[in-house]
Amino acid sequence: MAAVLLLLGYIIGIAAVGTDGGYIGLIIATAIWLLLTLISFSSGDQILLSSSKAVPVTHKDYPQLFNVVEEMAISAGLPVPKVYIIPDHSPNAFATGRTPKSASVAVTAGLLGRLNRDELQGVVAHEMSHILHRDILFVTLAGIMLGSIILLSQVFMRGMCYGSMGSRRRYSSSSKGAGQAQVIILLIAILAAILAPIMAQLLYFALSRRREYLADAGSARLTRYPEGLASALEKIASDSSPQLAYANKVTAPMYIINPFKKGLSLSDWTSTHPPIAERVKILRSMAGASFKDYSDAYKNITGKRTIVPPLALTKEDVELRQAAAESRQQEIKSKTHHNIGDIIRQVNGFLFLTCTCGLKMKIPPNFKDSKILCPKCNNLIDLPRK
Amino acid sequence: MGMTALIVIAVVVLFILFVIGIYNTLVRLRNQVDNSWSQIDVQLKRRHDLIPNLVETAKGYMQHERGTFEAITNARSQAMGAKTVAEAAKAEGALGEALSKFLLVVENYPDLKANQNFLAVQEELASTENKISFARQNYNDQVLFFNNKTQMFPSNVIAGMFNFIKRDFFELEAPTEREVPKVSF
Repeated sequence: MAAVLLLLGYIIGIAAVGTDGGYIGLIIATAIWLLLTLISFSSGDQILLSSSKAVPVTHKDYPQLFNVVEEMAISAGLPVPKVYIIPDHSPNAFATGRTPKSASVAVTAGLLGRLNRDELQGVVAHEMSHILHRDILFVTLAGIMLGSIILLSQVFMRGMCYGSMGSRRRYSSSSKGAGQAQVIILLIAILAAILAPIMAQLLYFALSRRREYLADAGSARLTRYPEGLASALEKIASDSSPQLAYANKVTAPMYIINPFKKGLSLSDWTSTHPPIAERVKILRSMAGASFKDYSDAYKNITGKRTIVPPLALTKEDVELRQAAAESRQQEIKSKTHHNIGDIIRQVNGFLFLTCTCGLKMKIPPNFKDSKILCPKCNNLIDLPRK
Repeated sequence: MGMTALIVIAVVVLFILFVIGIYNTLVRLRNQVDNSWSQIDVQLKRRHDLIPNLVETAKGYMQHERGTFEAITNARSQAMGAKTVAEAAKAEGALGEALSKFLLVVENYPDLKANQNFLAVQEELASTENKISFARQNYNDQVLFFNNKTQMFPSNVIAGMFNFIKRDFFELEAPTEREVPKVSF
């Protein structure tokens, strides 16, 4: 991808300035890339989290989510990441940060409301594997590279539109043969400006698909229970709520499933994520929980060569475990939109109060009075204030 | 002097760097083993701390289950008094078993199961159980890496020189789990 970026810079440089301009183009391309890298290194995760409207939560707010994250951090031998909730109905999750120490995990309220403990564990383990495999850094870096390429070609194309008058005058002053050569170079540059972003995106997506498989394998290994993630993926895929409101093409690979619904059916080159049905099938056909077992299952299902690096393929005996007794009993069927709405409200600072008559009230954060009248039994209730 | 001397020096320097690299890897792996061991310890302590809370919350609802409470409390004090790793493993195994028996008994008390405080304690307890087993899983993984390094060539030579000794896996022994059912024909 770096090569695509530098080549693009070089060609544009030649086209815009002349044969000596290739180096100027190189320098500009590198400068753009460096600038974006600096920005995202200093505050990239914060930008991503705030642009997806994520709210930080503590153990007190969501004991189960927090416990599950802690469990997976222990299992992976990593420090506990910061936990965020995105107030959105669509079920999804992502991890971000540069290093495991500064990592964050964010899940949507829709995810939290729909999954049972084992499934939530599978999803969090998938995100934890992204952190463990340093995918969060990779996605940030590759995303920046992709961003730079798109930016560079956009700037060039705009410049071509506005600057075509000025450059035409310069061409006419040179000899006819040189002018023709310049036009050819110009055409190549335009072609490069169109093709480079597409190529870079394909590369980005291919790498990202591979990493999704690996994170699935990592999740199975951390939880020793691939069924958890498999059934979570199924639930997420069969969900019919509208797609995530705050996501874009560059951040898409960070989510556990593609936040863009239309991409779900595609298994081709333009998808950031492998098809869910295939991921579920692989997870379900695992004989054990090691990377080797995942690799075998992957080869069986897809008929392709393994995606697991040979170093991780050491023979290890990792047995699967049983479902947690609790989640088998409490397969709560009515954990529905009502529940998800409550999570969103709580994240947004709503106050939950139960009157003595049993009526549950949800009080918005902008409610200013210190007392509230229960609409059912007309009791005046004091509001606890922080 | 000249070419050959330079080559010899280069080879020696490379060799020393190689040894340093292996030594550092061994130290890193050993620290990871120690670190993951302390994580198990933290979680076991946490379980001990949670038990009085659990008993206190459940007592009011389950007056006829004195035996179950006693079993838990005894197992807890034995686990806290354990001196050696083997003792601890045995006592913790017994405690885990007493707790899972208790959670089965709870199924007969719907009032208790609906109690908010109890649900909170139960979530903490369930999570602590998970954390213990995940910490154990991580510890055993780290021990496996470390032991492999100390036994495989060429790192085993350096491990031998600097006294890196292989570690034991940590298996929680639940007395009943280990008994093999007898089958007679």
